[in-house]
Amino acid sequence: MSMPFYVSPEQLMKDRADFARKGIARGRSVVAVQYADGILFASENPSQALHKVSEIYDRIAFAAVGRYNEFENLRIAGVRLADMRGYAYDRRDVTGRGLANAYAQTLGTIFSSGGEKPYEVEIFVAEIGDSAVDDQIYRLTYQGQVTDEHQYAVMGGADEVVAAYLHEHYTENASLSDALHVAVAALGRSSEDNGSTGDRVIPASDLEVAVLDRTRTQPRKFSRLMPARLEALLGDRGPTTPAPTAPPAASEAEDQSDTPPAQGSQTGQDGGGDGPV
Amino acid sequence: MDDSRLPASYMAPGTSSFADFLTSHSPALLPSGRTLPQGHAADLAPHGTTIVAATFPGGVVMAGDRRATMGNIIAQRDIEKVFPADEYSCVGIAGSAGLAVELVRLFQTELEHYEKIEGMTLSMDGKANRLAALIRSNLGMAMQGLAVVPLFAGFDLDAGQGRIFSYDVTGGRYEETAFHSVGSGSLFARGALKKLYREDLSREECVTALVQALYDAADDDSATGGPDLTRRIFPVVHVITVEGGQRVPETEVAEIADSVLAGRMNRPDGPAAALT
Repeated sequence: MSMPFYVSPEQLMKDRADFARKGIARGRSVVAVQYADGILFASENPSQALHKVSEIYDRIAFAAVGRYNEFENLRIAGVRLADMRGYAYDRRDVTGRGLANAYAQTLGTIFSSGGEKPYEVEIFVAEIGDSAVDDQIYRLTYQGQVTDEHQYAVMGGADEVVAAYLHEHYTENASLSDALHVAVAALGRSSEDNGSTGDRVIPASDLEVAVLDRTRTQPRKFSRLMPARLEALLGDRGPTTPAPTAPPAASEAEDQSDTPPAQGSQTGQDGGGDGPV
Repeated sequence: MDDSRLPASYMAPGTSSFADFLTSHSPALLPSGRTLPQGHAADLAPHGTTIVAATFPGGVVMAGDRRATMGNIIAQRDIEKVFPADEYSCVGIAGSAGLAVELVRLFQTELEHYEKIEGMTLSMDGKANRLAALIRSNLGMAMQGLAVVPLFAGFDLDAGQGRIFSYDVTGGRYEETAFHSVGSGSLFARGALKKLYREDLSREECVTALVQALYDAADDDSATGGPDLTRRIFPVVHVITVEGGQRVPETEVAEIADSVLAGRMNRPDGPAAALT
């Protein structure tokens, strides 16, 4: 005669939420920043193959943090949903709101069903319109909550530190170069919580940056900014910028507040899709 | 609540093909997913006609006339039969027009879908093979008169040159060298291209050769439309180079068509080729 072990629903949900939150916080941050011509995404991601930011459809992009295999699943589902809708109806009938709703329902169902492990992911679904006022950034959390973000949004890693930097430095209708500078500097700030006080300069080759750019002539507005382009745009990052081709040690004399470069590669994606990225 | 969740088939890993996904998830959306009643359906819907393509150093050009016919009736005089398939390729269609346009849409989605899922584009041969698979699945309809015969051309970034592929209704895929044409006026167009084509054509000369070939096709095939001077309707021309594909602006095609016509005023059969 064993007594069934009672766990209150509140406790059960709290445990699941804590579990998901911990997984998400372990990775690195992704920022989305609205600028004059669209929305810019930036993240520190040394892998050139495993993306955190991806194209979904003409004007819609997807960014995620957390477990790679889980958000990759969601990304593929999103591409399928968008292509399916665009094929069955028309390209204009594919909307970010529809996609965000589908994700919210899916994440919510998984979170509250007893049998499944909650997804350790957080997602941005962003859509650009014809002008900056029509741009949308939706934030989706592990439990299926949707929030509408404006100007900038941060998820994963030390998101509060990054958000604080953006709050101070964000300007509306910035140029691509200005928006990129702010976003990358904000990502560099994220190391503050582990003791160091200064800003890191993330080498261009370790950045994953993509934009939804409404000035592109093609219907597909998503484009990735490759390291060469990033270096051109970020060229004047000041004395803390390590020379692009020099080994990391070369920058040690430039600024003692630089965090050791080794840190940047510790949590690099391993391709196994196992750890949070 | 489970109803609103994305179905499991959306989340299933595996295929990067949109057509394969449709086959498992909603086959009714596939052109080949329909069963037709017995009978011959060829006369029910408009047919598109002549498509020509030719390579030049650094790229490939494809052009299509603007006529769709239903028996002896001109169903449409400004139909477009050449479409960009993706950034570096285009597809022209001859055959049952409605079905062909649907197939092109499926093919475009197929290429874009692969690119988004895999993060890279298909190789030129991969694209040509996917199109062959789509045509093959349409064989049942082709046997009932609703055949679609595409011509596929693109710039192969690995090989650094333009390439042309032709197909038969069973999905047979054949690579063509230099130039090719499909559709009812293709015999006349190909004859013209044999005499006009040279390997060192420039982009403009290549477009001109194709407009000449379409003129010859329209000259002898009633289902192919010639340049429509009163309505200013001219062939659709796509050029693909290492910089990507682009539709040649209407004004440029109009200029070339006008010069072709001016030449034909003096010699209606077109430019004479050297005998030896």
